[in-house]
Amino acid sequence: MSEMIREDGRKYNELRPIKIEAGVLERADGSAYLEVGGNKILVAVYGPRESYIRRLLEPNTGVIRCRYNMAPFSVDDRKRPGPDRRSSEISKITADALRPALMLENYPRSMVDIYIEVIEAEGGTRCAGITAASVALVDAGVPMKDIVVGCAAGKVNDEVVLDLSEVEDKEGQADVPIAIMPRTGEITLLQSDGDLTEEEFQKAIDLAMEGCMKVSELQKEALMKKYSTE
Amino acid sequence: MIYVEDKNLVIPGQILADDDYYPGRGTFKEDGKICSSLIGLVSLRNKKIRVIPLKSKYVPKKGDVVIGKINDVRFSMWDVDINSPYSGILPAFEVFGRDKKELNKVYDVGDVLFLRVIDVDEVKKAKLGLKGRGLGKFKGGIIVDISPTKVPRLIGKKGSMINMIKNKTNCKIVVGQNGLVWVKGDEDMEQLTREIIHTIEVEAHTSGLTNKIKNKLCLAIDGELPVEETEEEFVLEKPKLQNFKEELEEEERAEAEAKLKDESEEIQEAEVESESDDVEEDAEEEIEVESESDDVEDEAEEEKETEDKPNFYDVIEELKKKNQNKKDKNLSYSDNSKNNSFILNNR
Repeated sequence: MSEMIREDGRKYNELRPIKIEAGVLERADGSAYLEVGGNKILVAVYGPRESYIRRLLEPNTGVIRCRYNMAPFSVDDRKRPGPDRRSSEISKITADALRPALMLENYPRSMVDIYIEVIEAEGGTRCAGITAASVALVDAGVPMKDIVVGCAAGKVNDEVVLDLSEVEDKEGQADVPIAIMPRTGEITLLQSDGDLTEEEFQKAIDLAMEGCMKVSELQKEALMKKYSTE
Repeated sequence: MIYVEDKNLVIPGQILADDDYYPGRGTFKEDGKICSSLIGLVSLRNKKIRVIPLKSKYVPKKGDVVIGKINDVRFSMWDVDINSPYSGILPAFEVFGRDKKELNKVYDVGDVLFLRVIDVDEVKKAKLGLKGRGLGKFKGGIIVDISPTKVPRLIGKKGSMINMIKNKTNCKIVVGQNGLVWVKGDEDMEQLTREIIHTIEVEAHTSGLTNKIKNKLCLAIDGELPVEETEEEFVLEKPKLQNFKEELEEEERAEAEAKLKDESEEIQEAEVESESDDVEEDAEEEIEVESESDDVEDEAEEEKETEDKPNFYDVIEELKKKNQNKKDKNLSYSDNSKNNSFILNNR
């Protein structure tokens, strides 16, 4: 089964080509640009900064806010600009996926804002968004336990495969995006869309974990490349 | 067991050492392993591991001297933006005791002040004061902002870096612990100083920086100086380099000794701040001295300089007016919104 070649010529456990760059924006405290296959994502991080929304303040720690936004030209049909049901959901789950890694105890009553802009979308933007956002957070100098990384697995043509493309996502039977903290292997995001047997589900998670580890290396490389002196 | 070396670049979550080391700032302990929580450079001293961040936000600390901009004038205090997640307040009685005056006639919105942090409360709101020599309102000049962690590098050991820049550019420079730098001098020199400061910020973690900056300064000012003088400058360089190296070694030795003394305390309260700031504290003293002496010595300096280059100070009055305009533009460091679209277009 593992010999099967997918629609875009990848093997079942092969990722799409990834490019990560840290610190691309001048005025943001931290930023990252990421390409996975046909996805192009830009993330800006501001903060920790003084919170202008009083009700969000926490007296003993900092808080994070996240906004995921797709550009109108990011998909084939023009996307109506502005927040919708899907992007609100992704904003929330991204913030939730990143929160366990952050150590904002030293910045009480402050706020960290993360803006994820999808310039071009080709499936798996939520995982790509999380991956890019954590690079941008590191770039901003926000204290973190680990660099969170996201990756998806799914089921296409009765096969469990890694990193679904847009076509595979639409025509496939299931999609399991996860985000992990690679050092400990803790899962900070787990969603599942579609039907999977228990066995397939386990397999998908294992596969996605493996993918996360590979992406994690690229994240580290990008950060090292940006700041190393040699 | 240790997995990294001194001055290595590390990223969050990277395992630095096992249990037999002590976690300092920028690190945390999990499952008997010490990990980094920041992107930064490792600092190893007597089994104590710290990570010195490449970027950070200024968190107000009692006793710091900072540069702040008046944000708002209230009934009995000023709101001050101190380039930090936390705002500062300057109570009226810190300025004119029990007298009642109209606050906005003394300092108005947009004024830039050199202040001292008198107290930081539990929600990290900084209470500021103006008592102390050299503190007060800046007139003219430009503001350059750098990361607060780069402040010690900008000042250099015993002010070596900052003094060199001052001498070369004839600018008055005041550095606040919160990463704001006030520069005043000839307009061209202000811009040059700004460039130099940004270079220092970007290359702060490279070695031999003082020398590099010196070369850059010589090169930039070259055209304006007589030829003989520049030659002298270049002759002087080599011995300077050696001194710098020796200084560094000495510094390390001295600090190691200081560490030994403090060690016992530090082990007890690993979380307590002070340690990572010993460099900064040195720096801070420097700044104070700097700023105080500045005002006094300035006239003398000017006289000296005018002999060499008379045209520098002739136009200073004119420049002051220009600088006033400049200042407003340069102070918009908190306005982040503008440039987001820039990269999008480029891609």
